[in-house]
Amino acid sequence: MKYPVKHIISLGVLLFTLWLCLSGQLNALMISLGLASTIAIVAITHRMDCIDHETYPAHMNLLLLRFWLFLAREIVVANIDVIKRIFKPGKNISPQLFELPLTLKSDVSRVIYANAITLTPGTVSANLDRKTVTVHTLSIEAAQDLSSGRMASAVPEDYGVVKR
Amino acid sequence: MLFIEIISWLFIVAGALLGIAGGIGIHRFPDFYSRLHAVGITDTLCAAMFLVGLCMQTGVSIASLKLMLIFIFLFFSSPTATHALANAALLGGLKPELDEEYHGHCFDRHPD
Repeated sequence: MKYPVKHIISLGVLLFTLWLCLSGQLNALMISLGLASTIAIVAITHRMDCIDHETYPAHMNLLLLRFWLFLAREIVVANIDVIKRIFKPGKNISPQLFELPLTLKSDVSRVIYANAITLTPGTVSANLDRKTVTVHTLSIEAAQDLSSGRMASAVPEDYGVVKR
Repeated sequence: MLFIEIISWLFIVAGALLGIAGGIGIHRFPDFYSRLHAVGITDTLCAAMFLVGLCMQTGVSIASLKLMLIFIFLFFSSPTATHALANAALLGGLKPELDEEYHGHCFDRHPD
């Protein structure tokens, strides 16, 4: 077994919680049916050899939570900036397309970073490879902010993979 | 109860206004890539405002949990879809309208 039991258990817990939230049925029969389907899905996923550190990065939970709080603030600030530009008369944007060098080591972190860039209005990631991410920004300020690496340093690194 | 009602409608109205702002942005921005940024508003803050407002309407129940799940799915899927669109446009050879004034500056920041 390549990946620890922890990942299998955390996937099961996640699926069962999802089932509970969606069904809302709390009698014994329904819960046992939900439990059975959860176990079946985890077993199938395990047989397909799909359970790894990327299925559900449970070892990054706390780090991701902290990053999401950071990201929420970034999204609100960026939204206000883009809305201001939309309603500003005349020349309101200065679009840039450039390649941003990546310092993040693991695939999960690179994908999280690229998605965070896209999720923030005013910046969109258009291409992602091992060394760089191609970014389109609405303004020169947003481009400079990304180049400063402020957001990249907030992205949690998947240390478990980097060491391997 | 009235207080929660007022706050919830404030959120929903704010979400609607943000949606309109995003729509105006789509019409005002010049090319495909910059329009993606305007869509970003309706994807993020607009959707978040709506869902928070609707959560307050339903109160603590299974419905508000489901609304939160929609919120989570939206925040995972919308950047993926936007990235797929931008990537397809870039690989398809669609040239963005870039600002000449500062264009070179950012490329200078790239180490090689």
